[in-house]
Amino acid sequence: MEALVASAIGMMTAAGVYLMLRQRTFPVIVGLTLLTYAVNVFIFTSGRLATNMPAIYGEGAPGYADPLPQALVLTAIVISFGMTAVIVMMALGAFLESGHDKVDMNDDDTPVDGGPR
Amino acid sequence: MSLALIAALPFLGALLPGLMIRAGKNACAMVTGSVTALALLMLGLNAPAVLRGEVVQTRIEWIPSLGLNANFFLDGLGLLFAGLILGIGLLIILYARFYLAKSDPMGQFYTYLMLFQGAMVGIVLSDNILLLLVFWELTSLSSFLLIGYWKHLPEGRQGARMALTVTGGGGLAMIAGMLILGNIVGSYDLSVILENKDAIQSSDWYLPALILILLGAFTKSAQFPFHFWLPHAMAAPTPVSAYLHSATMVKAGLFLMARMWPVLSGTPEWFYIVATTGLITMVMAAKIALFKDDLKALLAFSTVSHLGLITMLLGFGTPAAATVAVFHIINHATFKAALFMSAGIVDHEAHTRDLKRLGGLRTLMPITFTIVTIASLSMAGIPPLNGFLSKELMLESASQTAWMANPWLLGALATIGALFSVAYSFRFIAHAFLGPVRTDYPSKPHDPGFGLWAAPALLAGLVILIGLFPMVTAAWLVNAAASAVTGEVVSVKITHWHGLYAPALWMSLAAVGGGLLLMGLHPRLMALWIATPRPEAKRIFDGIVEPFAALAGRIANTLHDGALTRYIAIGTLAIAAASYYAFDTGSHAVGTRDLMPVHPVPVLGWLALVLATVAIVIYHRQRLLTLVLVGIVGLMVSVSFAYFSAPDLALTQISVEVATIILMLLALNFLPKATPMESSPVRRTWDGAIAVIAGVGIAALAYALMTRDQAFSPISEYHITNSKPGGGGTNIVNVILVDFRGYDTFGEIIVLGIAALVIFALTEALLRAGPANDRLLAWRPDQRRAGDRHPMMLVVATRVMLPIALMVGVFIFLRGHNEPGGGFIAGLIVAIALIMQYMASGFAWTAARQKVDYHALIACGVLIAAATGIGAWFNGLPFLTSAFGYVTLWPLETFELATAALFDLGVFLTVLGAVMLALASLSRIGLRAGETINVQPFDIDPSEGRTLNSGEVR
Repeated sequence: MEALVASAIGMMTAAGVYLMLRQRTFPVIVGLTLLTYAVNVFIFTSGRLATNMPAIYGEGAPGYADPLPQALVLTAIVISFGMTAVIVMMALGAFLESGHDKVDMNDDDTPVDGGPR
Repeated sequence: MSLALIAALPFLGALLPGLMIRAGKNACAMVTGSVTALALLMLGLNAPAVLRGEVVQTRIEWIPSLGLNANFFLDGLGLLFAGLILGIGLLIILYARFYLAKSDPMGQFYTYLMLFQGAMVGIVLSDNILLLLVFWELTSLSSFLLIGYWKHLPEGRQGARMALTVTGGGGLAMIAGMLILGNIVGSYDLSVILENKDAIQSSDWYLPALILILLGAFTKSAQFPFHFWLPHAMAAPTPVSAYLHSATMVKAGLFLMARMWPVLSGTPEWFYIVATTGLITMVMAAKIALFKDDLKALLAFSTVSHLGLITMLLGFGTPAAATVAVFHIINHATFKAALFMSAGIVDHEAHTRDLKRLGGLRTLMPITFTIVTIASLSMAGIPPLNGFLSKELMLESASQTAWMANPWLLGALATIGALFSVAYSFRFIAHAFLGPVRTDYPSKPHDPGFGLWAAPALLAGLVILIGLFPMVTAAWLVNAAASAVTGEVVSVKITHWHGLYAPALWMSLAAVGGGLLLMGLHPRLMALWIATPRPEAKRIFDGIVEPFAALAGRIANTLHDGALTRYIAIGTLAIAAASYYAFDTGSHAVGTRDLMPVHPVPVLGWLALVLATVAIVIYHRQRLLTLVLVGIVGLMVSVSFAYFSAPDLALTQISVEVATIILMLLALNFLPKATPMESSPVRRTWDGAIAVIAGVGIAALAYALMTRDQAFSPISEYHITNSKPGGGGTNIVNVILVDFRGYDTFGEIIVLGIAALVIFALTEALLRAGPANDRLLAWRPDQRRAGDRHPMMLVVATRVMLPIALMVGVFIFLRGHNEPGGGFIAGLIVAIALIMQYMASGFAWTAARQKVDYHALIACGVLIAAATGIGAWFNGLPFLTSAFGYVTLWPLETFELATAALFDLGVFLTVLGAVMLALASLSRIGLRAGETINVQPFDIDPSEGRTLNSGEVR
């Protein structure tokens, strides 16, 4: 199971990074969203995996999953929503202001040519 | 508490000008001034005790394990300096109100000024050297803002940078020196350090500590060879120069030497370093001042010279000389502030400060002339003004001190310094005000309004008063301050006449005579001065700094060329390289933790997630499809949270998922629907390689983490044990959020609220007249629209569901403390229920029917959470300590009441407000783009068999 979770985190990270390296705002935002999933799950797994052991008191509970990473990730999910919303808004604003949605800018706010580095 | 409050008041006051400037410049200045006046009043309330010889203390433990405590103390020296800083600060606030031009952002100016004032007050009241260092660097930073206030002037920016480099650099040296001192004594508390003279002076580390601390003091107080920054800081507006260079910034170095005087002085090292530096600075700067044509430059070098004088006196190491130093600090502050302000008045009225273009202002500006004459004569040391009194005492001290067994050298050089001082003071009067009235002033000068000359006039009055009645007006303060510096009870006797046989009399006479002679020879000397080559400090400084700046610029420009993708690539590779290095140099055994068995259903979920992720990469150019796929990934993530015993996370993730997708859909409406193919295959391969490196690295790290036990036992056990007994809840995750780590949550809802406000502000900016607004007004939908925007089925269904959804929200909220749920999740659920109304019935139609203001929701949420936290204070408990109890109310079962639920209510309201504000902002953009407002709830009403909303309003 650990290998499945780890590979899923890796896949989401790779896809997130690849999309963030694109030259348009929308893929960058999607990439960031994927990266957010990956990071949240990664932090979550730092409490190690456990099934059927929710961190809620119960009669005869066999044990509890680590609640601390869960609490951290819970706020992280909400905050990342806020941050995603901000970048979405910035991307929208940039597109409406400039008429294009390229992310690479020169100092004078003209798009950098998207050739190979 | 009161001392900490005095130091905190200016910082709190710094928040006000920005708000008050909207009520006008007078209101802004009044509010700023009243904060300073309040601090001054509180200082005054402490003054009687200090003058009785007591030391007022305030101790607040901050980080005791580091020895860093917010301890403040007020003795005579602190009282003198705090009084100067706040008193002259008050005058500067008045003066600046009338000095700044209409186009200058006054709110900003006062904010910077108050920040600076707070930092200065902090320095002089600190009883902890680490705290003092924090304030010390804060003065460097805030003075940078003040000096560079006129951002459009290159001189201002360069002067500000130079001041920051020199004083900030000196501050760094001082940090090292102070740490050494703290290590020698074993405490960072000043009051403890000041009692350990012998331990410090006998330590091997005395000399390094002394030199490092003096580097800080000398750079701040513009002592040779660091004096060059001060004249360049004159590019600042005059109120800044008057404040920084008469009473505050440059006096901080002097303050520090006076503060440390009891433990550092009295050794030959101290004498030769401090007294010699002071002497050189005094004479050299006085000479340069004579040849400066710019009024402010003349005053700048004169300031450097007088700072040298005071440094020299402190360097003598005798209580008598230190007392004179204290007295001259007072006198210099009064006449120099008055002169700076007068120079500003001349500049303000005549539009020039160049002595070559001035002259004859005596009849045109009689009030300013009077003020300048009084202050200049005091600066020259002419009886009976206050500058004369301290200069006589200084000459007396110098004549009694031998340098390298040479009994007359100090006296002679001090007299020469005084002589130049007389000459440039007279020159200030003569070349600006005397002589014939000219016809070629850049602007016809006349005396300014009362507001501008009131402050310097008051100071000139003080110059006379202290001069005439020193024993009544100043001696008590000098005694208190000098007693604090020297550690013995000082009872000073200041007189005008020291007798015919006092050497000071003859030295003074020589200085005045020589000064007048120099004045007479000035034209010829000036020609000589211009003809002689001299080192230009700015060029040397630039020569040292510029290569570094160029190198840094080259590196930065290569790495950060403005392309986001390049930053991300560099960042990712750098992290990967660092991680690989750590991996390669560490040990890597296989994890020993038992692996979990794999079941078929989770494998299906994994498959869905992986396929969706791969599909996103392949099809990412089709944006709508991408969003659907992102939804699948998010769904799988939340399902996996549920599977791995995290029900709260699963609920949060799924509701956030819905809100995120709706948000992105709304944004996509205005963005291109497809991403063009523009990168070359080489580039895509390269990017893919970076992505694979990152993915493999993270996967390996996650696997390694999951397959072994924690290296240290985690603190989670504490939370699990104490959740019910300590926090009163059985849902441990929720108790952590609202109780154990409530402070984190508090910060997080504030961040969320700010994010929503940022979105709102961005929307406001887009909807203002400009290219974005034009584009929106000319918007043509690039996709076909549904004919039935608000289908009746959807409208009816969402309306039926609304109360149910709200009920679910309340339920989730209430059970949160004990079962999965809580404020975060409930907030998201209610937000989604409301968004559904927007989607079904249209934005404007819904907005007209729900009167809650989202800004208010966010504010209420944060305030309720804060109020809950503060409530604990009334029970004598730390911020956010929760309380709970059990209530039985017939016919209900026994239930629990917890303050944590109130806190959670704050979380709920903030989350709701933030999500709604973000989405409502996007809807407003839609309205501007020509989205029509429906009058009826739905477009087609089958019962009437016709299309409604024919008269739609735009």
